[in-house]
Amino acid sequence: MAAGVAAWLPFARAAAIGWMPVANLPMPVAPAEKNKRQDELIVLNVSGRRFQTWRNTLDRYPDTLLGSSEKEFFYNEETKEYFFDRDPDVFRSVLNFYRTGKLHYPRYECISSYDEELAFFGIVPEIIGDCCYEEYKDRKRENAERLMDDQEDNKDAKLPNMTFRETMWRAFENPHTSTMALVFYYVTGFFIAVSVITNVVETVPCGSVPNQKEVPCGERYTVAFFCMDTACVMIFTVEYLMRLFAAPSRYRFMRSVMSIIDVVAILPYYIGLVMTDNEDVSGAFVTLRVFRVFRIFKFSRHSQGLRILGYTLKSCASELGFLLFSLTMAIIIFATVMFYAEKGSSSSKFTSIPASFWYTIVTMTTLGYGDMVPKTIAGKIFGSICSLSGVLVIALPVPVIVSNFSRIYHQNQRADKRRAQKVQKARLARIRISKTGSSSAFLHSKRNGLFNEALELTQLPYKMNLSNQGSTEDEKRLSKSTSLLESQHHHLLHCLEKTTNHEFVDEQYYQQSYLEGGLQNYPSRSPSLSSQDGVTGTCCTRRTKKHHTPLPNASAPAHMQPLTHTHTHPQGLQELSTIHIQPLSTSRSSLNMRVDEPAPLNCQSSQITTAIISIPTPPVTTPEGDAHLPAGPTHQNVVKVSAL
Amino acid sequence: MLNAIWETEGLQTVGIVVLVFASIKLLHLLGLISFSEDSVEDELELSAVRHRPEGLEQLEAQTRFSRKELQILYRGFKNECPSGVVNEDTFKDIYSQFFPQGDASTYAHFLFNAFDTDHNGSVSFEDFVMGLSILLRGTVQEKLNWAFNLYDINKDGYITKEEMLDIMKAIYDMMGKCTYPVLKEETPRQHVEVFFQKMDKNKDGVVTIDEFIDCCQNDENIMRSMHLFENVL
Repeated sequence: MAAGVAAWLPFARAAAIGWMPVANLPMPVAPAEKNKRQDELIVLNVSGRRFQTWRNTLDRYPDTLLGSSEKEFFYNEETKEYFFDRDPDVFRSVLNFYRTGKLHYPRYECISSYDEELAFFGIVPEIIGDCCYEEYKDRKRENAERLMDDQEDNKDAKLPNMTFRETMWRAFENPHTSTMALVFYYVTGFFIAVSVITNVVETVPCGSVPNQKEVPCGERYTVAFFCMDTACVMIFTVEYLMRLFAAPSRYRFMRSVMSIIDVVAILPYYIGLVMTDNEDVSGAFVTLRVFRVFRIFKFSRHSQGLRILGYTLKSCASELGFLLFSLTMAIIIFATVMFYAEKGSSSSKFTSIPASFWYTIVTMTTLGYGDMVPKTIAGKIFGSICSLSGVLVIALPVPVIVSNFSRIYHQNQRADKRRAQKVQKARLARIRISKTGSSSAFLHSKRNGLFNEALELTQLPYKMNLSNQGSTEDEKRLSKSTSLLESQHHHLLHCLEKTTNHEFVDEQYYQQSYLEGGLQNYPSRSPSLSSQDGVTGTCCTRRTKKHHTPLPNASAPAHMQPLTHTHTHPQGLQELSTIHIQPLSTSRSSLNMRVDEPAPLNCQSSQITTAIISIPTPPVTTPEGDAHLPAGPTHQNVVKVSAL
Repeated sequence: MLNAIWETEGLQTVGIVVLVFASIKLLHLLGLISFSEDSVEDELELSAVRHRPEGLEQLEAQTRFSRKELQILYRGFKNECPSGVVNEDTFKDIYSQFFPQGDASTYAHFLFNAFDTDHNGSVSFEDFVMGLSILLRGTVQEKLNWAFNLYDINKDGYITKEEMLDIMKAIYDMMGKCTYPVLKEETPRQHVEVFFQKMDKNKDGVVTIDEFIDCCQNDENIMRSMHLFENVL
């Protein structure tokens, strides 16, 4: 329950009077306010600054320091105030949380001091309101990263007991861990450079035999280039295989981008080896050689900046997409316009709209080759509009990409997006848990409360040892855990249950019972009618009920089984199995009243309720927590069933 | 000859461009086209409305609360609604917080209408406190009157089965989905049948205020439950 609306609880309870005429069952007793005292101001002295608030305000959150009895430890007898030797500035936010129900994070405050104060006062940081939560999380993450940076610098000490494979992998990933790794790193870098340069130089026309046309060097010194290529590919293959061997998860390694680049870089060579002198596929073979240029991407292992660039482009995918889309739109529009504008002029190069695309692109990017120029005046006007707008359209998304790049570069390329998503999920999960906590708090205290109330009302000469000890502990636990506010709220929910004759259950139990819906003998109308025939009319039961009031104690176990699935009961008492048991209300109401008052009659046929009254052989009290499960007492001798 | 062609073409182009811009401007002047999306002025928010309640003495005289109780009530009220009036959405919001498992908005709607005695769409502190005074400190007659007023949705003095069904569904909605036994479609209807059987003495299909009060006064359960919440404050 949101404690911010605790002040409206009296209203909600008063409004419950609206349910009363509709309810068919008597209502549970309202929780008594045992020590009802007038609301008083309490003084909180935090390092000399005095804060004052109502006691009720602090009681809204009983699981924090100020809301529980823990604050009594800080009570100063002489000055009659609570003294905390903490930061008064942060305390302002803490106190405002009690007042308004929202926790705010002040931006000027250091994140770790704020965290400490929250931890001291027992407040979970997840409760920070949405307005300040982003800021809080950002600062926290920055702090954590800073700490991690410091840690990483000390982490390079070699861990003992690393297998050869793990050492190798670490050498590959962090070249500066050992000399061997560094050597390997530079060697591979060198060979990548050699390979790339070779590919480039291959195509340069070398000095030629005078009477022949110029040939590229690749064709002149075929053998040399082939040897170079082979050597490089050897090195790359060996490197790839070594990485594959050392990778902790080979499957994941094979799927990673770098390994794909490696494979693409060396594959053409092998394919070329296999397919030499085959005329048909030589065309394709030539194309394959293009892929050799991918070797240049292998440099990204050697350069942090390149990796960051790649990551930036990936993360700016949406901006790039937008840029592309808007450019395409503009190109099509202007190409169409130019085409129609230039249609009239003779010998115009704008032969079709796709032909005009080239002009539009060249103009919009302000290249202006001049191979296509408009000749009509209309064409020139629209051409100039085209070049002006080109500048604008391209300039718009670029700052976004740039700022993204610089941000990522400065943060040194951590995968914070992925982490943020996880954290957000975790936060939502925690908030959901605390919300369900409030409703499950009701379910918990319901079970405890039932047990307690039942025991309070009955003077059991037959109280078991179990129940004796259990009750005192339970009482203590109850009085500690549920404040008056909570007990009133639970009473309200209890009244609603009584009004509708259904009970709140938690999610899993609902799933269970929903699935079992077909199986269990749920009370439907007809069986209950038949059972009514089976039992003597309600009037007679009054007398029989009276008979049994001298045994109020025996009803105690009945309280424990509000939902007893008596269909599991071996005795084939048909009435029992079909009648939904709500003995709590009726029997307890009978106990509430003095014995001479007649039990209230509910003569509606659909509301047959029964109480199982058993002979007072010492009843095994059901474990109160398992009110939902078929309880032990079903094995007792069930003596009589009386319909009330 | 080329010059002539260029002249005519140029004039044509210029003419077309001028025409286009002029027509756009004309349409803008006529208000048929608007260039900015939100050219309509923002409506004044209702939150600018402030309401101050009558003085303590008057409220003390009109209700059965003591001064201190009124103070406590007002503080809670003002905390949640700084503007001094509750509108229906806030009301629903507040009420829903007490019933996390179900949907309390329908019942809150009926409650709102019951509290909003002058039907102006908002509940001021006076309405609030008068309603509470009846519910917490009123005689049983007054409470039953209030309950009848709640059930009688169209305030015509009769509770019909449809009205009762609406109310019943609203109450069952508050229970939510996870209940034991599982809520069925016809449960509210059955409950309404039971209610009418009990209340509708002359079986004319509606319950009047007299039938209602009579029947409730004869029912022990209901009588007792009327006194249940008296010690709330």
